Amino acid sequence: MDPLMPPPPIRRIVVDRAPAPVPVPETNGHVVQTITRTKAPAGPERMLADTVTIAYGGKIAVNGVTLPVRQGEVLALIGPSGCGKTTLLRTLNRLTELTPSARREGYIALDGEDIDRLEVTELRRRVAMVFQQPNPFPMSIFDNVAYALREQSRKRPGKSVVQPLVVDALQRAGLYDEVRDDLDRPALRLSGGQQQRLCIARAIATRPEVLLMDEPCSALDPRSTAVIEALIGELRRDLAIVIVTHNLQQAYRVGDRVAFMYLGDLVEYGPTEQVFGEPRAQRTRDYIGGAFG
Amino acid sequence: MSARTDPAGSSKSWPLADRAMLALCWAAGLLLVAIAAGIVLYMAAKGVQYLRPSLIFSHPVADLDQSKSGGFLDPILGTALIVLGAIGIAAPLGVATAVWLTEYGRPAWLARAVESGVEVLAGTPSIVLALFGLTFFAQQGLGFLSTTGASGAVFGRSLFICCVVLSLEALPLVVGATREGLLATPRHVREASYALGKTRAATIHRVLLPVARPNIATGCALGMGRIAGDTAVVLLLGGGALTLEANGGIPLLGTLKGTGSTLTTYVYANSPSGEGNAPEKAYAAAFLLLLVVLVLNWVVDRIARGSEQLGWIR
Repeated sequence: MDPLMPPPPIRRIVVDRAPAPVPVPETNGHVVQTITRTKAPAGPERMLADTVTIAYGGKIAVNGVTLPVRQGEVLALIGPSGCGKTTLLRTLNRLTELTPSARREGYIALDGEDIDRLEVTELRRRVAMVFQQPNPFPMSIFDNVAYALREQSRKRPGKSVVQPLVVDALQRAGLYDEVRDDLDRPALRLSGGQQQRLCIARAIATRPEVLLMDEPCSALDPRSTAVIEALIGELRRDLAIVIVTHNLQQAYRVGDRVAFMYLGDLVEYGPTEQVFGEPRAQRTRDYIGGAFG
Repeated sequence: MSARTDPAGSSKSWPLADRAMLALCWAAGLLLVAIAAGIVLYMAAKGVQYLRPSLIFSHPVADLDQSKSGGFLDPILGTALIVLGAIGIAAPLGVATAVWLTEYGRPAWLARAVESGVEVLAGTPSIVLALFGLTFFAQQGLGFLSTTGASGAVFGRSLFICCVVLSLEALPLVVGATREGLLATPRHVREASYALGKTRAATIHRVLLPVARPNIATGCALGMGRIAGDTAVVLLLGGGALTLEANGGIPLLGTLKGTGSTLTTYVYANSPSGEGNAPEKAYAAAFLLLLVVLVLNWVVDRIARGSEQLGWIR
């Protein structure tokens, strides 16, 4: 397959406004913020984790988690530190394999295909990732995105071939208008929020099916956070997004579905309104209510 | 705020022992600056006194009369040739070693062995390296690299052999500086490249080596300073000639296979310990050598400063 060819057109999902903001759950005296969210109906299943267990040198980090990732919606993974949410996320693109002591059991599928059967480089082009720290490469803005697009083949596509794809990726990441005049500027000169959007542009440049985000706003100021969150709302139309966050407000703002993990177990999974409004498990209720974390 | 909690505050209220220590630290620093300045100024004064353009552009000639013994064009060319040749060997080898150590480093015992090997090289006196080089390259099979006698005896001496042995001296500096740059790169930057579906080779080539470029340059500049300043290796392996004597007809290869000298051996030869005993010329050549090393240090400083602005949010 030509890596520069966009994948087959993705079915657009009609997005309608949520009828009314759902009442915010127990607040413990915090300021109540009303959030209007658009609702994304569930699309086809993109990924499926089936009884996935991950251990680091015998210590179990994720314990038999089964979870679908659907096209067109944002899945927020929440839970206290060390609950395995980042490990689970990094398993979806087999990044845990970089840790020599990590062992995985269970089945993960991308579009019905076992990810272990895919070439790892191909998997990671289809399941892209954005990290906690903005980590642009020390090259120009243009080259950062072009690096993602250039296949490691002998014949590297020239600038004229890559140019429109780079611009498109920057536009979709909402960064193009700010950097259009100096695409040759070193990427590390950008502000933190811009750097993170550049990382998003880099990740979505290859038109992946799934975008993994590991606490993408934790190193950013509130204003940049708001920009990224709005961007996540835009991007989910074309992608399945999995976001790890320890910020419950953020999970509530951006998530269509929420998975609550605790000590490696998946405690609760459901639509955001249900998990925050009427959590089924006591531990979810305690965590959301601020009893621990 | 009391002086004890504010290190930048006045030291008048400090205990006597602390104040004495502080004075000692100041004295040590000032003494070092004075010594360095003294060397540079003394050499500059001597250099200005004796250095003439004619010395730089004329060949050395063996003559007891110092007015006829020529200049040091050959040692200058020899220095340039050896510095470039040796760093040309040490740079790729050192960068490759550093990349292997930081990015692969498996099996662990081999990595430890390589690390100790580099450390041993760094600690070996250059005269020992020179002696080893002499024994190694004097083997019959390696005669094509060195000067040979009429009867076919391999002398194990040539400028190329100097380059090889001196590259061992620069190697630890290149490895150390490159490793430092690679280790300073956050793990998530490597992972970002892997997460884009890139192989380890592509990540090293397109991300890590560009990141470490200032460090590599620093290591090379330090290594070049070290090579330019070494005397023992060239003294033993350079063939003991002051002029560049090509061995064979091919222009550059012949010179590399032949014998010659560098500024350091020229200074030695013209110092009271050497056979020339022409201190004026030794001073002039030493001043030039000092300039070369100072320029290399300045380059290192510039590179280090230029790379400061680059950094990730931690």
